[in-house]
Amino acid sequence: MADNVVLQMRNIHKSFPGVKALQGVDFTLRKGEVHALMGENGAGKSTLIKVLTGVYGKDEGQISMEGKEVLIHSPQEAQKNGISTVYQEITLCPNLSVAENMYIGRLDDIYQNWKKMNSDADKILQSLDIPAKATQQLSSCSLAVQQMVAIARAVDTDCKVLILDEPTSSLDEQEVEKLFKLMRDLKARGVGIVFVTHFLDQVYEICDRITVMRDGKLVGEFEIETLPRVQLVSKMLGKELDDLSDIQGEYSTYQNKEGEAPVFEAEGLSSDAGIRPFDFHIRKGEVNGFTGLLGSGRSESVRAIFGADRILGGNVKVNGKPVKIKKPIDAMKQGIAYLPEDRKRDGIVGDLSVRDNILLAQQVLRGFLKPFTKAEADKIADEYIKLLSVKTASADTPIKSLSGGNQQKVILARWLLTHPEYLILDEPTRGIDVGTKVDIQKLVLKLASEGMSVTFISSELDEMLRTCSRLIVMRDGRMVGELSGEDLNQNKVMNTIAGGERE
Amino acid sequence: MTQNKPAKGTNFLANLTRNQLFIPVAALLLLLVFNLIMDPNFFKITLDHNSVGDPVLSGFLITILDSGSELAILAIGMTLVTAATGGQDISVGAAIAISGSVLLRMLCGSNTRPETLLMPVLVAFVITCVVAMLFGAFNGVLVAVFQIQPMIATLILYTAGRSIAAWINNNELPIISEPSFGYYGGFIPGIPVPTPFFIAIICVILIALALKFTTLRLYTQAVGINEYSAKLNGLNPVFIKILSFVILGLCVAVVGLIKVSRFQTINYSVIAKDIEMDAILAVALGGNALSGGKFNMTASIIGAYVIQCLTTTLYKFNVQSDALPAYKAIVVIALVVLSAPIVREKLSALMPKPVAKEVA
Repeated sequence: MADNVVLQMRNIHKSFPGVKALQGVDFTLRKGEVHALMGENGAGKSTLIKVLTGVYGKDEGQISMEGKEVLIHSPQEAQKNGISTVYQEITLCPNLSVAENMYIGRLDDIYQNWKKMNSDADKILQSLDIPAKATQQLSSCSLAVQQMVAIARAVDTDCKVLILDEPTSSLDEQEVEKLFKLMRDLKARGVGIVFVTHFLDQVYEICDRITVMRDGKLVGEFEIETLPRVQLVSKMLGKELDDLSDIQGEYSTYQNKEGEAPVFEAEGLSSDAGIRPFDFHIRKGEVNGFTGLLGSGRSESVRAIFGADRILGGNVKVNGKPVKIKKPIDAMKQGIAYLPEDRKRDGIVGDLSVRDNILLAQQVLRGFLKPFTKAEADKIADEYIKLLSVKTASADTPIKSLSGGNQQKVILARWLLTHPEYLILDEPTRGIDVGTKVDIQKLVLKLASEGMSVTFISSELDEMLRTCSRLIVMRDGRMVGELSGEDLNQNKVMNTIAGGERE
Repeated sequence: MTQNKPAKGTNFLANLTRNQLFIPVAALLLLLVFNLIMDPNFFKITLDHNSVGDPVLSGFLITILDSGSELAILAIGMTLVTAATGGQDISVGAAIAISGSVLLRMLCGSNTRPETLLMPVLVAFVITCVVAMLFGAFNGVLVAVFQIQPMIATLILYTAGRSIAAWINNNELPIISEPSFGYYGGFIPGIPVPTPFFIAIICVILIALALKFTTLRLYTQAVGINEYSAKLNGLNPVFIKILSFVILGLCVAVVGLIKVSRFQTINYSVIAKDIEMDAILAVALGGNALSGGKFNMTASIIGAYVIQCLTTTLYKFNVQSDALPAYKAIVVIALVVLSAPIVREKLSALMPKPVAKEVA
């Protein structure tokens, strides 16, 4: 075994003020394996990786590469030791070219042969089947391609250990497939890959071994064959999980009254974000969803409903009355709330406290001259932190220091506080652990049973099938189908997404 | 997660250094102690009588109170602009020249040596405010609508402002002999404390009320930290950025009044020269990130008086006025580096560690 081991971490401890993030964690990576690192949000996966890559210093423990102990104080040192990382959020420079992004920070000479750099980059991109040109500006690529460029960059440095921290969360299935092909190639070359993800399917598709963490502690290392899914989930959560069963039946469906106008109704709505005019309606207490591949226009559709992009045309009625929604504030005044897809860019206000982040939307609705008093603000913030069990040191903590799932809960709290009639959730569960996912799904059904209308968007089809009673299928910026009742099953939805269903 | 409850006493020093007010206040004390050691005369305040026979206080501290107040007023507006746009307005000095010029034009008309003022000072001041706010809005539109970097956008007015100021009065230099006009930048008869200090207090109270009874702070910070998010929460980032420039315009008009009143005339090329740099420094010294976002108004205002204290100290040691900026730069580098977040983090790491680690 010793020959095979490329990376060994022993008894790693790391504390932050007030929190013990890692307590005696071991991690072993062998040559040519894909090793999943699993755990809920706040289990310590990210911290472990940051210790490994030198972003954080460890308090205790040792790291060795191929048997020799190494000290890693910075990401540069990690790279020199052959450890490369691709993070969940893209950490490239959008206004540089693709090639520049691939070579930035590792140009040895002052003199740089740009021509050679570009042709080298093109070769790598081609060999990895990445649809980008070396001289193209990175920001002109789609989010998924940017992610792949980041991987290409990591792969090109002569790496022994490749860490992929949720690389697939913004990729669609075909792109994930390409990434997996790439991972298998690298595996064959003997690279050890650490794969952090929340998608169980992907773990079972590509990984050889799983290390599970919980609350900063090691739960154990398992061969993939010996650990069935249900056991993996229960190990991550530390409890037997029956929550994953059918949850829709637990909540009564809201009973619509005869002749009640839809809560929201749109005709020929279109925006400058590249979606064709579409019709849409949602009844009181209904949960529906937009589905489709990445870039099919599902997010753009709900953004148009909320007035987040520039509206080009269409008629909108709220509770049967015609209204004009040009800006988000118009939609908010009509009782519409929107939890955006890109949490970091559109959701959180990073430096502000959890409290201010919860209050923001409601404060804007109250108006410029009616600030919450300190006492009111504290009371509301504490109430919602408790309601959604947000894990935060205090309401004063800047939201950016929370884990992704907790940030999402804060944004959810922000919109629940406005007591919307119609709540739009765009990928509310992306990058969130299984437990919180189920919490959010249950919350959606509970709210709907109390009469709130919800539109729920998710890349995970089974999640949508479990929560939605009606699915709207998008393809290439166009609405191509609507499924409900009996038609709500994997096959039917897949077929509709793929096309050829609608005559 | 356990909350980090600082134990009393042991963490006092650490908490103190982490406070944003620590650097400006410490710098002020340091300067005062330095003066105390070098020459206690710095602290001497005498009660004199001016040429008209009214009592006036004089001394270095009074000078700081007097000139520092102008800076403090500007720092208020500059803090908001910095927070909302992540950039600074460098046209403040030029805009003060324009404000002063408009004020004189209103009071004097085309007569450069008027016996009586054409209109009450208050009316002229209100007109000046409107003009200054319009120029502020001009900067704001360039920054918010056309998305030009603030320093570049305001470079336009920085370059053109003093010419515009001269043009408003046909390049004449009006002089006002009416003594009551001098009250705003000097002394009100019977009150020995310089008027600018009272004006600054009024401005500080106004902004404090605005921050307490409106959501200006939350909106400005939200826009400064994450514009996209602010927009999706129903805010209008364009409006809020322009608003911050308009408020700075108002501050400029007030300082314009003080400046012109102080000299009873105007010198277009010299008035309020380089004052924008001092105002920006006041914001930075207050520990506010010049890249925008969260801000601390009190720290900026104290920062303004610290900058003035530094200037006055240097004058007192007979540093030649053209060498002054060089000396100032050295001190300012030290102060700004000390108040930079990265250094403060290191500094607080040197302080006694919070005990929470063992508790958790």
